[in-house]
Amino acid sequence: MKYVDEFRDGALARGIGARIAAEVRPDRRYSFMEFCGGHTHAISRYGSAELLPEAVHMIHGPGCPVCVLPIGRIDQAIGIALKHGAIVCTYGDTMRVPASPAAGPPQGGQHPLGGREPQASRGSTESLSLMKAKARGADIRMVYSAADALKTARENPAREVVFFAIGFETTTPPTALVIQQAAKEGLGNFSVLCCHVLTPSAITHILESAEVRRFGTVPIDGFIGPAHVSIVIGSGPYEHFAEEYRKPVVIAGFEPLDVMQACLMLVRQVNEGRAEVENQFVRAVTRQGNLAAQRAVSDVFELRERFEWRGLGEVPYSALKIRAGYAAFDAERRFDLHYEPVPDHKQCECGAILRGVKKPTDCKLFGNVCTPENPTGSCMVSSEGACAAHYSYGRFRDVELVAESAA
Amino acid sequence: MTVKKDYVRPLDVKNGRIDMNHGAGGRASMQLIEEVFARAFDNDFLRQGNDGATLPVPAELLEGGRLVMSCDGHIVSPLFFPGGDIGCLAVHGTVNDVAMMGARPLYLSASFILEEGFPLADLKRVVESMAAAAREAGVPVVTGDTKVVEQGKGDGCFIATTGVGVVPRGVAVGGANAKAGDVLIVSGTIGEHGVAVLSQRESLEFETAIVSDTAALHTLVAAMLRVAPPGAVHMLRDPTRGGLGTTLNEIARQSNVGMLIDEATIPMRPQVEAACELLGLDPLYIANEGKLVAAVAPEAADVVLAAMRAHPLGANAARIGSVVADEHRFVQMQTRFGGRRIVDWLSGEPLPRIC
Amino acid sequence: MCLALPARIVALDDGDQATVDLGGVRKGVSVALTPGVAVGDYVIVHVGHAIGTVDPDEAARTLALFAELAQTRQAAA
Repeated sequence: MKYVDEFRDGALARGIGARIAAEVRPDRRYSFMEFCGGHTHAISRYGSAELLPEAVHMIHGPGCPVCVLPIGRIDQAIGIALKHGAIVCTYGDTMRVPASPAAGPPQGGQHPLGGREPQASRGSTESLSLMKAKARGADIRMVYSAADALKTARENPAREVVFFAIGFETTTPPTALVIQQAAKEGLGNFSVLCCHVLTPSAITHILESAEVRRFGTVPIDGFIGPAHVSIVIGSGPYEHFAEEYRKPVVIAGFEPLDVMQACLMLVRQVNEGRAEVENQFVRAVTRQGNLAAQRAVSDVFELRERFEWRGLGEVPYSALKIRAGYAAFDAERRFDLHYEPVPDHKQCECGAILRGVKKPTDCKLFGNVCTPENPTGSCMVSSEGACAAHYSYGRFRDVELVAESAA
Repeated sequence: MTVKKDYVRPLDVKNGRIDMNHGAGGRASMQLIEEVFARAFDNDFLRQGNDGATLPVPAELLEGGRLVMSCDGHIVSPLFFPGGDIGCLAVHGTVNDVAMMGARPLYLSASFILEEGFPLADLKRVVESMAAAAREAGVPVVTGDTKVVEQGKGDGCFIATTGVGVVPRGVAVGGANAKAGDVLIVSGTIGEHGVAVLSQRESLEFETAIVSDTAALHTLVAAMLRVAPPGAVHMLRDPTRGGLGTTLNEIARQSNVGMLIDEATIPMRPQVEAACELLGLDPLYIANEGKLVAAVAPEAADVVLAAMRAHPLGANAARIGSVVADEHRFVQMQTRFGGRRIVDWLSGEPLPRIC
Repeated sequence: MCLALPARIVALDDGDQATVDLGGVRKGVSVALTPGVAVGDYVIVHVGHAIGTVDPDEAARTLALFAELAQTRQAAA
């Protein structure tokens, strides 16, 4: 695969790793945060951490929009399906995120396949998820793109169809397009539950958090900027962080070699005392970004004053809602939804992990109560979540490495 | 116009559909069995027309061997996919399960659960494909059953199969037998069946030349066991649902060992890799229906590998790593990139990722 | 939500759609967000949409840089 394979070359990786090792100062550590789910995944899947010297430490930030989706929003999506009988279309990533217990009505106490509904009997404490709601009869359909949701609406004119729209700036333009298209076609049964969030707000929030700003307990020396979000928004928006917070940002491509080169560029900035925005992903990212995409987004969406992020609390101006002009396609208005914040499990450390303050292994629930099979918090659900990535790819590092066999 | 005596109007296989009469056990059922099932499967056992089949005792049993039995339920959707269909898949799947025990597969049974409204043309196609696969494998379907459920309760056609075979005395192949030091060998390129089926799912439409690898592996297994020194082939398993990654974890757990594999050595067609990239799927967890993974004593690895490569279904066989001692039972993988990660159990269904 | 891949446009279709090829696999995607792309261009595809293009010159430059960086022994000595 062109533009893919060449960027995964193992021999080059070892070479760049050696170069980084040669350039790190012996007297210090370097901590870089990446907040792109794709980067978290790339690093774990390829075992890139092994190719970086000990002195360089990668922190996984809140780059996974599934992980930062609060329970209350999943409840809304489930509610639309169970209470209103709408078809809810969603990306696969959200299907297993645990939400509140039994958010739906008991269906007369009987499940379509027989047996009593748990809620109708004793009251269940089992968390629902979109997948579990589906097993209870909710019409929830996984889609690969927003256009599929639109297609579902066209094919089911007698039913309400709701697209559960999540994601950072990469995923927002496609949602804008389908809303524009739905308006053009006058589709009366289609609406969108908009939970799109903004990357720069996430970074600011972390930089403003107590641990980082005042106490310096989480020394973040620099950021690896997201790959595909930056294609859309451009490198311009990061200049503010570099200036205001004096932290270098290097926008990195998606492949593991890109990440390694970006690490090297960050090490150099730190060594030289610079705090600039550099673009490693020059083959796809420009300073102004994709204007056609930005135009579509600003036509359809506007900023929400506040939005709750799982683990981070309420973050101002960090998310989008649908403009009045497209109100007919706003599921929140159509179904008269109100947002109810729901606290996470008391011992769930997703919040601290998302802020880069704790590691998955610092959470008491990691690996025992909370596993990919039975996730308690969202960091374990999405394969980009720090906990899932560590569990699925890296937890062998928590135990002594076994003796290698002569393969 | 003369009407033939005892004329029975044949089933309208072209345009007809299954209805509740076909499952009631009366004349309509009998006609369905005769005109569709018995006609296609046709063998001495079925011709006897009994509810069960009386089977001869295979020679290996008389010489101290043992019986092997296995069963499968087939619910694949869509029923027809590039490279195969539910019918041949059912035969291959169960023949393979028996073969993975080191056994010679002998007989199959087939139970059909059909949905009211299922087109007879589709049924005929499935049954004929199944019969052809059984004939080709040399493993007849000797007994069967048919039931019909109301429309809406059955997704067209479900098939459940049971297979019976025999292992000769002294052969003990099993998931608990992998030993530290064993060489892990895979019989060919992975991920094809799953990708072929996914390519037909409506919401994931993509064009690819990938076809399912569905195939009966018992002759490949026989070839391996023939050349290997007695007892050298410790473990055989076909990585179906859950893929290679899941199978390796299953074996690690059963045998109480760890594994170390090398990503660069795992055979895969470039198109499968590309399709998985596009959908955000890990090929290690995609189903295969015509491949096996083996754990072989190191001194026998070369000769077994050569025998596999000489067989049409093992042309791309490759060493992918080895079994190691590990109380944690991790399956570790050296990535192509040079790092290391574990290949964990599959969590839930491999939903195509966006992230 | 960053899974996105570079794929080559092999055909432009009606209604802002195009067919792309990645390693021999073909898929229909929307090019509404990348107006002006042509057959032969590489686009980055995310959730069924092309969200940007790959600049072949810059890609080549990046690869050359990797190769250069990877030769560390001689340089750093």
